[in-house]
Amino acid sequence: MSEIPHDLRYTKDHEWVREQDDGDLAIGITDHAQTSLGDLVFVELPEVGASVDARDACAVVESVKAASDVYCPLSGTVVEINEALGDSPELVNSDPYGEGWLFRLRPDAPQELEELLSGEHYERLLAELET
Amino acid sequence: MVEFAGWSLPLAYGSQIDEHHAVRRAAGAFDVSHMTIVDIAGSGAEAYLRRLLANDVAKLRAGDEETCRALYSCMLREDGGILDDLIAYRMGDDAYRLIVNAATRDKDLAWLHEQVQDLEVELFERTNLAMIAVQGPKARNAVAHAVQRGGELLALGPFRARRLDEYFVARTGYTGEDGFEIIIAEDWAPSLWEALETRGVVPCGLGARDTLRLEAGLNLYGADMDESVTPLECGLEWTVARQEDRAFIGCDALEARLAAGVAVRQTGLVLEGKGVLRGGYPVRTGAGDGVITSGTFSPTMGRSIALARVPAGASGECEVRIRGRTHRAQMVDPPFVRHGEIKIGLKALGP
Repeated sequence: MSEIPHDLRYTKDHEWVREQDDGDLAIGITDHAQTSLGDLVFVELPEVGASVDARDACAVVESVKAASDVYCPLSGTVVEINEALGDSPELVNSDPYGEGWLFRLRPDAPQELEELLSGEHYERLLAELET
Repeated sequence: MVEFAGWSLPLAYGSQIDEHHAVRRAAGAFDVSHMTIVDIAGSGAEAYLRRLLANDVAKLRAGDEETCRALYSCMLREDGGILDDLIAYRMGDDAYRLIVNAATRDKDLAWLHEQVQDLEVELFERTNLAMIAVQGPKARNAVAHAVQRGGELLALGPFRARRLDEYFVARTGYTGEDGFEIIIAEDWAPSLWEALETRGVVPCGLGARDTLRLEAGLNLYGADMDESVTPLECGLEWTVARQEDRAFIGCDALEARLAAGVAVRQTGLVLEGKGVLRGGYPVRTGAGDGVITSGTFSPTMGRSIALARVPAGASGECEVRIRGRTHRAQMVDPPFVRHGEIKIGLKALGP
C-alpha cells in the first residue's frame, strides 16, 4: 500500500502539492506514481520564472522503462526547481514527498488549492485503481 | 506485472536497476518460459533447417556424445525480411531444437509447418517445458551448486549445450554475461528457481533483461528488426552463411541487395548529455536521417544508449530529437558493455 500523507493535496494524475508557510507550493509525484514508474533515471524540470497553466505538461519524469509527463496542478509561476534531481533523480523514488520534490510554484489563484483532492479522497481513488 | 504475448511477466521483482547490476556483478535469474520451444525430428531435419535458416546448421555437426552446439540465426521470408531470430541446437542425428520468440509464436509455427513440404520432418511444440536463464559472472558456479551433479556443467564451452538428468543446459544467454539457459519440465521449475535463490541468484524481470541486452548490443525482435528489414540492415550480416552450395529462403534477395549496395546500417548511439533515448526518436547524421530502433538508460554506463538505423555512410557525431529539443549523440559500435566492462570510450564523450 502506498504512503499518502494527509496534510498534502493531490491530483488524479498522481501529483502532490504542499502549501508552504510563505504561500508558495511545493510539487512532486506520489509514492504510488514513483512505484509504478520504477527506477527514475532522468527528470526534466521547467525553467525558473516560467509561467505555467493548470494541467499543462510542465515536467517529465523518466524511468528506465518510460517517460511520463507531470501535469501542473495549478496555474502560477515556477520560483524554484529541485537542482539535486539533476544528478540524483532516484531521490524521487527514495523520498517522493521530501527530498524528491520537483519544483515550487507561486500560484496565481491560491484558492484553487481547495479544488484539489484531499489525502482521503486520493486514497479512495488509489483503492479503486488497485481493485 | 505486464502482459506479453499472452503471458503475465514481471517487469521487475524489486528495483530494475539493482537487478541489472546483480547480473553484471554476480548472478541473476530470468524466467523465460514464455519463449517458444520447437523440437524437430526426422531424416530430413538437417536439409529442412539448412533451407529454412540464414545461418547454416551444418556448422553444428561437429560435437561429441555428451555435448551439442548452439547456433544463432534469422529465419527469413523470400524477400529477405526477418520473420524471427532464434537459437538452434543440434540434439543428435536428425534431431534439433529451436527457441523462437513468444510474440511471433503463431506466425513462426505456421511458417515452420508450411516449409516442411515433402521432407521427412516432424515438428513438436514443447509447451510443457519451462526455461530459466541464469546470467552473470557467478551464474555458472551458482547453477553448479544448485543442481545435482551440477559440477559436470562447468566443462561446458560457450554456445555448447548438454543434457544432465532432467535438465537441458546451454551456455548461452541474452545479457552479454556468461551463464546458462536451462530448459526443464515445468513442474520442476519452481524448485530449481528456489535452489538458485538459495545460492544468492537474484530474480530479475523483463525490465533488466531489456537494459542488459541493449548494453550487450543484442537486437530485440519487433524493435530492432522485423519483416521490413533484412539481416544486412540491422547488424546481423555475420549470422548469414553465404555458400555457393546452399540455397536458403531469402538468399537470392540478400545477394541482390548486396550487389546493389545496402543503403542503411545499424549503429549504437550514446547520448552526450542527460536524457533518455527511446525507440522512434529521429536521428540526424551528416549522411542523412535515421531512427532509433530501441533505446534506454544504461545502468552500467550511467547514461543513455540506443540502437539506431542510419544511412550506411554515417559515422561520428549525430543529433537526436527528444521532445522537440536537439541533443548530441555519438555513433559507436556495440556492444556497449560485455562481461561487466564498458566497451565504449566514455572520456571522449565528456561528462
